[in-house]
Amino acid sequence: MSLLELTALELGRAIKAGEVSAPEATQAALEAIEAKNRENNAFITILNDRAMEEAEAVQKRISAGELTGPLAGVPLAIKDNICTKGVKTSCASKILGDFVPPYDATLTEKIRAMGGVVLGKLNMDEFAMGSTTETSFYGPTKNPWDLGRVPGGSSGGAAAAVAARECWYAIGSDTGGSIRQPASYCGATGMKPTYGTVSRYGLIAYASSLDQIGPLARTAEDCAAILDGIQGRDPRDGTSLDAPHGNLLANLSGDLTGMRIGVPADCFGDGLDSQVSERVLAAAQVLRDRGAVVEECSLPIMEYVVPTYYIIAAAEASSNLSRFDGVKYGWRAENYEDLTDLYNKTRTEGFGAEVKRRILLGTFVLSTGYYDAYYRKALQVKAVIKNAFDRVFEKYDLLLMPVAPTTAPRLGESLSNPLQMYLSDIYTVSVNLAGLPGISLPCGLDGNGMPVGAQLVGPALGEQKVLNAAHAFQLSTNYHTLVPAEQGGVR
Amino acid sequence: MKITEEMVDYVSALSRLKLPLEEKTRMTGELEQIIGYMDILNQLDTTDIEPMSHTFPVKNVLREDVVEPSFPREALLANAPAPDGESYLVPKTVE
Repeated sequence: MSLLELTALELGRAIKAGEVSAPEATQAALEAIEAKNRENNAFITILNDRAMEEAEAVQKRISAGELTGPLAGVPLAIKDNICTKGVKTSCASKILGDFVPPYDATLTEKIRAMGGVVLGKLNMDEFAMGSTTETSFYGPTKNPWDLGRVPGGSSGGAAAAVAARECWYAIGSDTGGSIRQPASYCGATGMKPTYGTVSRYGLIAYASSLDQIGPLARTAEDCAAILDGIQGRDPRDGTSLDAPHGNLLANLSGDLTGMRIGVPADCFGDGLDSQVSERVLAAAQVLRDRGAVVEECSLPIMEYVVPTYYIIAAAEASSNLSRFDGVKYGWRAENYEDLTDLYNKTRTEGFGAEVKRRILLGTFVLSTGYYDAYYRKALQVKAVIKNAFDRVFEKYDLLLMPVAPTTAPRLGESLSNPLQMYLSDIYTVSVNLAGLPGISLPCGLDGNGMPVGAQLVGPALGEQKVLNAAHAFQLSTNYHTLVPAEQGGVR
Repeated sequence: MKITEEMVDYVSALSRLKLPLEEKTRMTGELEQIIGYMDILNQLDTTDIEPMSHTFPVKNVLREDVVEPSFPREALLANAPAPDGESYLVPKTVE
């Protein structure tokens, strides 16, 4: 079996046992990236020499017994909206095309403390705004299962790199589904943890009340190990929670006896592809067979989640992105008359169409005369959505839902109709609005051989329950081990 | 609701964006479609519901006031499009 076929934890064990070294693993990954990136464009920046130097240094510390964690020496890649000191962090935007952060995000520091070797920075939708990775200034990433299809977004590079076996795991961010949806389209396992459990210091902000960092990997077990390393309170992020963390992997259990899982009927109506519906409902049976009590329930908010999300996300984006003005960092327009003209030209030429659309939308819903009707209304509906989840979690430990209404669309299909693209986020955005943990798991292939994802959602800080159910599902199924045809065929 | 090009001009000015005519025309139609869809929220009666900005009741997050070193000036200026070694250069703003 090729080194690249191992899970992150399997590679970590092999490195610990001295069967393979961190530099050998890093070399293998860099060769895979060299071979595949021209096709799938998963990476914006590839750190050939730097990754090898890091791997040598990490290997020394492993051999000296200083680094003992389960993922020490395991190479990974990071989405290009998370700051890496001395390495370009572009947010897939022209306006940040030259930005080299003078500091590491807390996430990056934690990855280094785990002994992670950073292979490069991953492609994404510009400023994480998009559902296909087609809004990247650096060109779209392509789905390794079918290079004519999108990988999903906005963490499309992360999902594609994991699926194409270019790295053992990746770090993404999820504001409205940006980890879970690409994981679903690419057959990866991706988790958005509870809001506030992973520090966002050094994550370039899109919508601060919704943004959360999380892992994309081959298995739920790998996700548990990664979260153990990256969760935790950070004084530099005022929203980070002071909650217990660090034992998800140790407490991982596939025993679901007595666990109650609700399947919201509201998520299986019009607009959901019948093959996706079938695969997700088949997953319910697998969970039942492992001891869970799975039954239909009601979550009567689904028609309100997309408008609520897009109002709040756009409002926050319009505020967060006001810092990009061509003065303190980033790109500046070449010809301008005065300061206002410098701002206008820099922003108009520096941002792509989707980013400008959301800035305008956000400015509109916050503007005098429309604030109450849109922004304030959305915050009220957010309370309704949160309450609906609270009520359903009084009866159930977890919810089982689709991740996306369809499998991966073809390249170019989505961008022509922005509203249609927004509507495809219906099953993921509510989880961000309520701040909950959610995981996307491969649960089969459709008739075109494209991966289908099932989503498990837990109550706030319910990471262990989510991961246990996901792990149990993966003990009973092999969907997460399927590989794209380009990697040698489905096995 | 009807979105006019004048409204897009106004919101663009607030956003420090200046869209070329073709982009503005396209954006006006798209925004009308998106904002029209958002009106579905009006079907929900939210009288007496407090707007929720934070999902979790975390408030008054304080830390000890400890003096820590700031970033070196040259490290921060290195990312600026027009630094002069000490500050950021912009066009003259006061006549």
